[in-house]
Amino acid sequence: MSIEQNMIEVEHLAKAYGTFEALRDVSFQVKRGEILGFLGPNGAGKTSTMRILTGFMPPSAGTARVAGYDVFAQSLEARRRIGYLPETVPLYTEMTVYDYLDFCARLRGVADPFHAIERVMEMTDIGERAETIIGKLSKGFRQRVGIAQALVHNPDVLILDEPTIGLDPKQIIEVRKMIKELGKEHTIILSTHILPEVSQTCTRVLIINNGTIVAEDSPERLASGDGRQQLVHLQVAKPAPDIAAELEKVKGVLAVQKTAADVFEIETTPDVDHRAEIAACAVQRGWGVLEMRPVRLSLEDVFLKLTTKEEI
Amino acid sequence: MKNVWTIASRELRAFAVSPMPYVVSALFLVVIGYFFAIILITSQEATLRNTFSNMMFVLLLLAPALTMRLLAEEQRLGTIELLLTAPVRDWQVVLGKWLGSFIAFAGAIILPTLFYPLVLKFIGNPDMLPMATGYVGMLLFGGGFLAVGIFTSALTQNQVIAYFAGFAILLLLFVAEPATSIAGTGPLGATISYIAIQRHYDSFFRGVIDSIDVVYGLSLIAIPLILATLVLQTRRWG
Repeated sequence: MSIEQNMIEVEHLAKAYGTFEALRDVSFQVKRGEILGFLGPNGAGKTSTMRILTGFMPPSAGTARVAGYDVFAQSLEARRRIGYLPETVPLYTEMTVYDYLDFCARLRGVADPFHAIERVMEMTDIGERAETIIGKLSKGFRQRVGIAQALVHNPDVLILDEPTIGLDPKQIIEVRKMIKELGKEHTIILSTHILPEVSQTCTRVLIINNGTIVAEDSPERLASGDGRQQLVHLQVAKPAPDIAAELEKVKGVLAVQKTAADVFEIETTPDVDHRAEIAACAVQRGWGVLEMRPVRLSLEDVFLKLTTKEEI
Repeated sequence: MKNVWTIASRELRAFAVSPMPYVVSALFLVVIGYFFAIILITSQEATLRNTFSNMMFVLLLLAPALTMRLLAEEQRLGTIELLLTAPVRDWQVVLGKWLGSFIAFAGAIILPTLFYPLVLKFIGNPDMLPMATGYVGMLLFGGGFLAVGIFTSALTQNQVIAYFAGFAILLLLFVAEPATSIAGTGPLGATISYIAIQRHYDSFFRGVIDSIDVVYGLSLIAIPLILATLVLQTRRWG
């Protein structure tokens, strides 16, 4: 296998439940070693995509390949190479941590379960709880056991559905650190609706809404408005009625939006900084500049903009 | 086969720490012990034929209680996602569940009843052949009851529904018998009298192993397990 190879290839994937279309024409690739963040509001199609990739359910249309194996036609081969943490962690609460991991290892045909379990217990730091009944573990430990079972067969691809949901802030930080660490050796897809998680752990983001991909880029580039535009915030002392119209004539300005009587948001082309021209224009007209600064869109803004478009 | 055994052995460990098999076993042994004593005292015959028939009736009530958890609980808790995304075929999941419940059934329910032939051997001079074939029949038809229970457990997330659905199907096999006398001798009558379970297990208890009864018993295991596999596969399609 070459290093450049795509570990996950999804082409024109669709999934319908009855008349409800959960996924429509979803295509993306994930390269070896990438951590792809799957971002979207609840019900956007994140879990459906993951369930198709893991072989839990077949797609209605389209194909998905993991490590070169079709998840439907060569399902068992693909499944051997995937570690999966479903949204509800699939734990048998009456088993001890060790017995549970032993079961998971054998189920996936691990040749040497003993050492495999030792390895993942160390990675997820649950060694001291090996003989504890899972039902007696805290939520944080259960999540770690869930991640340990996904890792026990040392899969090429890790698919984590909402890995930090329901954890306290300290545990969230620990799990994120663990995921970043795992990203060095595994290809990872994780879904979340918590935005900072994506900017902190992922190398690439895929925003999904209503079953389709609405944006795909690195967290940094997405936050900078996808590189398409820059925003300048301008507040003036003496608002005149023609300010918006005048500003629009300035070179490089794409659009002007009046957000308050004296406040304007100016969209400019991203190639160069146009603040000097805008300032010159304001001074010339004698509006009295009180404040002028570039606006950096947060990932939140991009996300909301992309996923809450009003119906036309 | 290794996958089947992995699933079966996990199921056995789950049985060992669950109260259900102990409750079922205790109930079964109390009721059967009572019948065994009454039959022995009133008939003064060193045979288990009637005791075996009573066992089948009691199992009609108790076998679905052993199996109701097996797939319903996995579907309710979401652990089914672990099994269905593992490199294991759906039929291996179903067969593993059945094998686990069958071993628990043989160990916790059938094994302790070997006490009765020992009693008969001690106080009388019983014919051992019908006892041996009787136990073969018990295992065969008991296995069939468990398979029916696994099928109904695949249908729902609710264990209570799984229990009653399993009980209802088994009850149909039992109540077919009285209907045979009024169903006549046409195709319908022949079908009903083939479905009726009593005559099939009774030949085992009399010391006769007939291929038609063996086929019936094996079908009672195979058909529900195939249906359970189909149910799981259908579930995948959403």
